[in-house]
Amino acid sequence: MAAGLLSPRSLGVVAYAIVTTAMALFVFTGSGLVDTAAFVALLVSVHLATDAARIDGATRFVVLTLVLVVALPLVGVRNTFYLDVATQVGIYAVLALGLNIVVGFAGLLDLGFIAFFAVGAYLWAILSSAHGAGLLGPGFPLPPDAFFVAILVAVGIAAGFGILLGLPVLRLKGDYLAIVTLGFGEVIRVLANNLDKPVNITNGPQGITGIAQPLSGVAATLASPAVPGFKWQALVYYALVLALVGIAVTVNRRLDGSKIGRAWIAIREDEIAAQAMGIPLVRTKLVAFATGAAFAGTMGVVFAAKQTFVSPESFDFNQSIGVLAMIVFGGLGSIRGAMVGAAMVTILNLQILKALSAGLNHLRSTGFEVFGWSFANLPTQFEPSKYERLVFGVILIAMMLHRPRGLVPADRRTIRVDTSNETEREGAR
Amino acid sequence: MTFTDMLQLLPPTLADGLVLGLLYAVIALGYTMVYGVLGLINFAHSEIFMVGAIVAVEVLTHLLAGTGLHPIVQIVVAMIVAAAVSGGLAVAAERVAYRPLRLSNAPKLAPLITAIGLSLFLQDAVRFIESLFGQFIRPFPSMPFFDRQIPLTPTDTVPLKSLVILIVAGAMLGGLVHVVHHTRLGKAIRAVATDRKAASLMGVDVDRIVMLTFLIGGALAGVAGTLYALEFGRVDPFSGFVPGLKAFTAAVLGGIGSIPGAMVGGIVLGILEVMIGTFVPILTDNMIGTEYKDIFAFAILILILVFMPTGLLGRPATEKV
Repeated sequence: MAAGLLSPRSLGVVAYAIVTTAMALFVFTGSGLVDTAAFVALLVSVHLATDAARIDGATRFVVLTLVLVVALPLVGVRNTFYLDVATQVGIYAVLALGLNIVVGFAGLLDLGFIAFFAVGAYLWAILSSAHGAGLLGPGFPLPPDAFFVAILVAVGIAAGFGILLGLPVLRLKGDYLAIVTLGFGEVIRVLANNLDKPVNITNGPQGITGIAQPLSGVAATLASPAVPGFKWQALVYYALVLALVGIAVTVNRRLDGSKIGRAWIAIREDEIAAQAMGIPLVRTKLVAFATGAAFAGTMGVVFAAKQTFVSPESFDFNQSIGVLAMIVFGGLGSIRGAMVGAAMVTILNLQILKALSAGLNHLRSTGFEVFGWSFANLPTQFEPSKYERLVFGVILIAMMLHRPRGLVPADRRTIRVDTSNETEREGAR
Repeated sequence: MTFTDMLQLLPPTLADGLVLGLLYAVIALGYTMVYGVLGLINFAHSEIFMVGAIVAVEVLTHLLAGTGLHPIVQIVVAMIVAAAVSGGLAVAAERVAYRPLRLSNAPKLAPLITAIGLSLFLQDAVRFIESLFGQFIRPFPSMPFFDRQIPLTPTDTVPLKSLVILIVAGAMLGGLVHVVHHTRLGKAIRAVATDRKAASLMGVDVDRIVMLTFLIGGALAGVAGTLYALEFGRVDPFSGFVPGLKAFTAAVLGGIGSIPGAMVGGIVLGILEVMIGTFVPILTDNMIGTEYKDIFAFAILILILVFMPTGLLGRPATEKV
């Protein structure tokens, strides 16, 4: 077996990464469908390079460095929109990895996952804004760089909420659990919407504005006259999210191979059998809930800081479903799948549907004709970007019917027992 | 507000609660029947209900308005059309999203996920179709006949529509109990619910029974949709979600899989919800407003599931290995 950079497959991946990087850097910088395609092609090289079974570590390192550390920031400096999309993909990738633990590994269908994201977001929003200062008194808002402490606190608080939800409902079977978590998600949203009285905690439907951004000093130092108008803060968030994605993937991989990870999968496959093998059901499920929630809480803090604004709208049922669609798309229980799903759904939402809408609008306004039928006749309601639920719905149904294991199916590592040894031993005896 | 004032509020509150509860009960029957037969939560049921409501409003607005027919006849026609469309849609949903999974060896979560997908799809598809013809929020056409007040107590009245809902929903519930307990079809449904494999060995066409269960549940949802539109005066593509969730709560409250349970659960939940929505704001001086009434419904759901997992009338389930 030829390992190393010289194996044909590795060479192919490196070549592909170089070509797509060059394309993204020198050919396309707009935001139409073709440019989106170039951007997606660039991301695909990350996907190809992370195929651990077929690509060796050195190649992976080279390609990931080239694409994530060199190409994407450069593309981003030329067109901030792409940097924003990449950051968004990263945020959702971590959310998807968190939900993947709960749904994919442990098989507990959680339809209110975004509630934990909301908890993290509101935590940082209240701690770091003028609104929160009015509520909490002197000493607040916290300095922007308390952000990193807030992330750690959010991990704990979100995990606490996970256990809070988990404790009463974990005796339930899958279907009941789904509906209760859905209810829990709604409860958190309704609370966020209405807790502006008697004490104004969440500022109700208006949301909280003026949330502090961390590391603005770094962004200011980076700022150079060479690229006027570029918001270096965006690059700071990109780097931050990239680091968090790295941590999340590592944690996920370690969990997957650990004792608790195997216990989750045992529970998913057959609860009764797992219990009979001595797996403590309640504790194992609670750990799943708490871990998944912690991922979401962390990203909530990042999300609040990045948007500098939170409102209950960002945490509705659609969002929970969006994250579910990501892991169903990628493959339940599959770590790479969760990342692929997050990238696909986010790009679909932010770029492809919008570009389609814009394209159709253009055809409509110019009265483009196909076989004598003018696009001017197309009803104005026909706007793909407004029908994300429809798209998610079709994705969920089609995937479950035709590829129930997703685009990148999870593969359990198997250990082959070498039977030749046995015979030898028998012979020796 | 004094205690006597609150006592005065009690009869109309109870009447409102009963009406709402009956609506929940009729929707809950669809959940509970499908669950009984397939062990599956039909998430899309709330959207099938919503489609029924919208079809009824469209029929009343565009086909029947101005025909001069008696309002009772109009509403009955609307109910029949809505029941037919919703029933058909439920059968189609079963064909497309559930049956293929039942026959293949799909993961356990698969039917739940397709059900959610179907529900999202229907919401947006209906929104799209409705928005082609103007606003997607549709008002119920003005029918003064149903707003006529009838005396309830010496001081209070209820609109006639409440009585209509009471009668129709009562008839639906009674009719369903009759079908399930006193006909061949009902016997087959109960057989499939008890043991699908054994039923098929006894000559029951399981696929046909499943289809008919979806048809009945869908038709009931269509009728409930018509009544809901009549009661609340407007519908939109998202107005199925919350009632659907509440109806599911009702089904769980009564013991999912149990038909009398769905009825009891619906009525109890409806009355509790209206009572809480009316009295808690008064008692807390509007500190906890009406907008929290949905939270109470979920709190009830969670409490029931924790302390009485099989509901009020459900049988305890033991799992054999």
